[in-house]
Amino acid sequence: MAAETLLKTSKYSKYTYRQIVYHRFFVGLLLFILISLVLTVVFNLFAGSAPHADIYESVNLEALSLPIRNIVSRSRSADPRWTNCTYWYCFNVYKCGRGGHDKITIYIYPLTEYRNENGKAISQFSREFYEILSTIKRSKYYTPNPEDACLLVPSIDTLNQIGFSSEYVSKALQSLEHWNNGENHLIFNMVAGISPNYNTVIDLNTSKAIIAGAGYDTWTFRYGFDISIPLYSYIAQRINSSQPKQKSFMIISTQTNIPSDYLAQLQSIASSSNDLLLLDRCKDASTDYTKRCEYTTGKMFDYPDILKEGMFCLVVRSARLAQPVLMDVIASQCIPIIIADAIIMPFNSHVDWNKIALFVPEENIKNLLRIVHSVSKERKGEMYWQLRWVYERYFSSIEKITLTTLEIINEKVFPLSARMYEDWNVPEHLYGPVNPLFLPVTAPKSPGFTAVILTYDRVSSLFTLVRQLVRTPSLAKILVIWNNQKKPPPPSSEWPVVNKPLKVIRTKENKLSNRFFPYDEIDTECQLTIDDDIVMLTPDELEFGFDVWREFPDRIVGFPSRLHVWDNVTHTWKYHSEWTNQISMVLTGAAFHHKLWSWYYTYKMPDEIRTWVDDNFNCEDIAMNFLVANITRKPPIKVTPRKKFKCPECTNTEMLSADARHMSQRSACIDRFATVYGHMALRSLEFRADPLQYKENAGVPHAYPDIGAL
Amino acid sequence: MQAKKRYCFLLISCLFLIYCYFNGFNLLGEKKQRARHDLLPSFATLDELTESPSRQKRIPRATTKSCRMQTCFDFSNCGNDPKVYVYPTDGPVSATYRKVLSVVRESRYATHDPAEACLFIPAVDTLDADPLSPEHIPDVASRLSRLPYWKNGRNHLIFNLYAGTWPDYAEGALGFDPGDAILARASASETIFRDGFDISLPLFHKEHPERGGVPPAATGNPFPAPRKHLLAFKGKRYVHGIGSETRNSLWHLHDGNNLILVTTCRHGKSWKDLRDERCDEDNREYDKFDYEQLLANSTFCLVARGRRLGSYRFLEALAAGCVPVLLSNGWRLPFDERIDWRRAVIWADERLLLQVPELVRSVPPERILALRQQTQLLWEQYFSSIEKIVFTTIEILLERIMTHRSSRQREALIWNTFPGALGTLATYGDSRAHLPLGVTSPPAPAAPEPPPRPLPAPSVPLTAPPPTPGTTFTALLYVQATSPSLHKLLVSIASSQYCEKVVLVWDSERAAPSLTSLSRTAGDSRHPLPVVVIDATTHYPGEGVSARWQPLWAVPTAAVFSLDGDAPLLAEELDFAFLVWQHFPERIVGYPARNHFWDEAKGSWGYSSRWGGSYSMVLAGAAVTHRSLLAQYAALSPAVRLAVRRAGNCEDILLNCLASHLSRRPPIKLAQRRRYKSPHHRYRSSWSDPEHFVQRQSCLNTFAASWGYMPLVRSVLRLDPILFKDPVSTLRKKYRKMELVT
Repeated sequence: MAAETLLKTSKYSKYTYRQIVYHRFFVGLLLFILISLVLTVVFNLFAGSAPHADIYESVNLEALSLPIRNIVSRSRSADPRWTNCTYWYCFNVYKCGRGGHDKITIYIYPLTEYRNENGKAISQFSREFYEILSTIKRSKYYTPNPEDACLLVPSIDTLNQIGFSSEYVSKALQSLEHWNNGENHLIFNMVAGISPNYNTVIDLNTSKAIIAGAGYDTWTFRYGFDISIPLYSYIAQRINSSQPKQKSFMIISTQTNIPSDYLAQLQSIASSSNDLLLLDRCKDASTDYTKRCEYTTGKMFDYPDILKEGMFCLVVRSARLAQPVLMDVIASQCIPIIIADAIIMPFNSHVDWNKIALFVPEENIKNLLRIVHSVSKERKGEMYWQLRWVYERYFSSIEKITLTTLEIINEKVFPLSARMYEDWNVPEHLYGPVNPLFLPVTAPKSPGFTAVILTYDRVSSLFTLVRQLVRTPSLAKILVIWNNQKKPPPPSSEWPVVNKPLKVIRTKENKLSNRFFPYDEIDTECQLTIDDDIVMLTPDELEFGFDVWREFPDRIVGFPSRLHVWDNVTHTWKYHSEWTNQISMVLTGAAFHHKLWSWYYTYKMPDEIRTWVDDNFNCEDIAMNFLVANITRKPPIKVTPRKKFKCPECTNTEMLSADARHMSQRSACIDRFATVYGHMALRSLEFRADPLQYKENAGVPHAYPDIGAL
Repeated sequence: MQAKKRYCFLLISCLFLIYCYFNGFNLLGEKKQRARHDLLPSFATLDELTESPSRQKRIPRATTKSCRMQTCFDFSNCGNDPKVYVYPTDGPVSATYRKVLSVVRESRYATHDPAEACLFIPAVDTLDADPLSPEHIPDVASRLSRLPYWKNGRNHLIFNLYAGTWPDYAEGALGFDPGDAILARASASETIFRDGFDISLPLFHKEHPERGGVPPAATGNPFPAPRKHLLAFKGKRYVHGIGSETRNSLWHLHDGNNLILVTTCRHGKSWKDLRDERCDEDNREYDKFDYEQLLANSTFCLVARGRRLGSYRFLEALAAGCVPVLLSNGWRLPFDERIDWRRAVIWADERLLLQVPELVRSVPPERILALRQQTQLLWEQYFSSIEKIVFTTIEILLERIMTHRSSRQREALIWNTFPGALGTLATYGDSRAHLPLGVTSPPAPAAPEPPPRPLPAPSVPLTAPPPTPGTTFTALLYVQATSPSLHKLLVSIASSQYCEKVVLVWDSERAAPSLTSLSRTAGDSRHPLPVVVIDATTHYPGEGVSARWQPLWAVPTAAVFSLDGDAPLLAEELDFAFLVWQHFPERIVGYPARNHFWDEAKGSWGYSSRWGGSYSMVLAGAAVTHRSLLAQYAALSPAVRLAVRRAGNCEDILLNCLASHLSRRPPIKLAQRRRYKSPHHRYRSSWSDPEHFVQRQSCLNTFAASWGYMPLVRSVLRLDPILFKDPVSTLRKKYRKMELVT
């Protein structure tokens, strides 16, 4: 109330002291906001944690002396692992998304040294576990506030079953402040099970906690709840990405711990074929892990370098299902052959292992060669390149492994953030983008198409065009994009009277890209983009063009066509408008295309291209052709023989010189766009679409009689 | 001025101090980090990681563990072509289960000999285990155990749609012990499902069609989706008991316009006794909306659990192109072993019911477009008929068997894109590059080649099929007699630029000509074109006209130019057809075209060769097809193959039906030099012969009946060379001879 009255007074009395005070106040306020903004940014940049971190202290991973906590044997142990846990019943989803987060938040318990009664540490803190925690801390998911956390990570190292006492760790878990039966807790484990049983899951009382573990089998893995992670190998870390020109061995086996019965089978294969190189420990240097010897001849090879020489590499189950050699093999870009029944592969819910590995059942080892020989050249190539890509994205370091684990949980909790199969498994640099119009259909005829006319001031030609267009039966609506800001469009009384809806849209800026804006007024799938001077197209031609588009709804279908050619002299792309036997572009001076492409043009096309088009006031049609050809990997379709679109009498010398300039600019566009996309996206073809009865005379009336003029 | 300077100075010094503080802190931290990091040991030694096993058996065969393929399935009787044996029906069987049995019996998987069977399907109706249901068949357990090959269910496949009964609807209550049998069941939950062993089915109505099925409703792809409602649900709610909570609270979300969530408690005999205070109001809202209309006009459809986890609504929403929003915690979606449902549905959480509107509002429009297309794709490929559902179940199983034998399976992208798993042969190739999908694979690194094996014989398929589209084609000729036109054709083939090989199928009583290569025309320096002559009467006795596409083992390219011995084609026409086909490898691309039409008077399909405005078939006498299409032709169901053999005719119609069924696209007709008068010398002068027409029409109707719908698709366009018949100098034209009228 007071502020309101003050405001009122200041409004009526000019130049008062009060106003100066106000002025200062606002300047001060501005400064204050500026400083706090800068502070926030700086804080974020350098501290790398959430802005509200100052209330809660983030976990200190660097402390050299840790608080000590003693666990006594009579204290309560956590409940055993719930074997029937599912995401729906063991995971408390209400803890996630608190405070408006659109992603999971993770809390790390403060580092504590747990000791048993004898003063011995109950678990050894390892470098890898440190890296996991520090990755979480640095990630966008970290929160120092346990109340705010969706996931909680105990800071007890449980990576190696051999390295901790499961009895005491179970008790330590129970003693955690927010344990609550392990709800929303995340336990990391890489080596599970010890002799003689070798359990396939960590032997620890984890109650309802999620276990991110390596070496699961299908019985212990809780579907949709647990996360299968790879067994990290520090040897793989040191393998570089170089590759030999030629792989010298078909199959290589380097494992030293293959079960004896399987080894016997492999030996019999190796002795009868050159395709399998079977390596074992060297007899004289059995503790040296960097050497392997051929099991009969004793020929020595360096490990892991030898892996790169193999097309396929064996990964055989042993005491445990997960073997560290798997990561070495993948890092060496050797296609793994996995012989381990019922194994759950790392990140199996998201990474498609059939794209990077062969799975041979244990009872089928005898057929190993037959299976490998039946793999086609194409599949080998796919797997080979996929391996490198997958390794670098998901497995190459503890950091990648941790972040992938967190992302999988995040996708489960926030399903809309989930990326599709292609994002996880199909590298775009190898296979290109996904066509957003993938349903193979002939588009329905009834909605018709919307004609979008870009015009500046050629009113008479525009009116002729409008009168011409409305004679096309399938035309649903005409949209005139008035691109002239200086002059208003003619009043409605001057427009031709037509029987189809017509709407004029005035633009804010004279840009060529305006013709490809996905206007709400376009309510058909198909839009006809047409210049205001293309008045020669007959209704039959337009109707036929629309019918052809219906059969190819994901392509640009239109009348004027052009070609791109490679100039061997200048080493650039050239724009070609002669009548040739090939075409690769259909100009949008008169072309049908799906409205989706307008949306892509406006929101998804590289900014560089859109700016180029608007700056040069040219090439929007070439840009559109590049866009569609790049996404669909399909050329456009030219319809009907018509090739002339300008009046013949307009040709004069002045036009010709303008034409030459125009052509060189268009060539520059093609060159430029090819650079932006990184490859020549356009594709050429040798055919056009004509009506079935074109130039045929069989006494049957033609469906589209008025077609054939040039 | 003074003040401004002072402020500026203050600000800058502040910034400097802050920078120093944080940067310094950071540097310090980093130093420490390095130190601590190096101090720590690694999590395991190499010895620990590479522990060798003790001597005991590694594979768990313990009966306490639930079944997996390795432990409960006997692969030994499943060869390269695993067969399914259906027990003869004795005893009561519901109408739905009768349909299930009949589609399997008439499929190509079926065998009559239990000794060669890999998989057994009991004729005991296990679909409905709810004793309160009228469809329930009692005494299932004892009838199953009496089956002659039961062996505790080993290698048996059992279908179940409804488990459990009122009031708790327990999932485990099947009325029998499945033992080692594979359960194909609807409404399975994550807890009871034996992962990798059981198969999750969709719940379908009694009226679900046996074959064919309703085509997808939303074939248009308007963008952004212009549907009237955002989210819709109309259904029963159970006031009390299991699964009632979710539906009971739906009314909170209902806003009568954008979000239509209406429920009723008016079902069952005694609904009035059980009703709660909301029932009357609910019923009023409920009657305002029509279910079908809601499905068609809503972008998202809520699929909430009922008493059981699955509901009919799921398939209904898919069919209508309404993206399902799932409220059914723990449900294993149908065929989720191979179908990637992330592409077609939105998972909501029953616990977060009130967040559902927010969830669906934040789906971006391009995602909605993709989701809706995927619903249509999946509905059409796997769900629209009982046949498809059952075949998908069997294909999943057969693929597991194949994975076990030869370590390969169809790629995930084959299952989840067109033409889908039912539209591709599992045994044809191991890469998508082998199929007509327009995918190329990156080059494989150089590696030692396996030792050369003996040349392939007719019985041995090529281990790896050629990649698509390839740069050459194989001419596959079907010849019944030598003639001057055959010689002309061979000359054309020899001068074609892209022909790699000629395979001549000789189907005649007379001895096959001995021909091993075709010499090139004068001035052509290429090597002679290799020819393989195959005598159909000895190699494929009894195959009839279908023999023309049998010798695929001799075809080394993806493109196959199927030719009649007397096809009047020029080399130019051969090459043009091949170049066009490279753009459309999934279609039949060729010259003579035919049409089909619905004959209102007769109530059946008609076949037409009239030169009208559209066509739907391209005759196989001069057409390029994909090698995999011909492989699929050989694997068609026994009934249609028999029809072709009996008629000695119609193989080209069948091929067109198959191609259109798989690709959903029409074939492509090309410009031609002149009317193609006699596509088949067997039909010479048969255009005036009404017999011939009647036969082709009856074929068309047989095929349509076998697929359950008419697969042919019409097209109005023809593809011509760019300068075809244009008034420009012929010197500028690449295809000149095609224009010369003879």
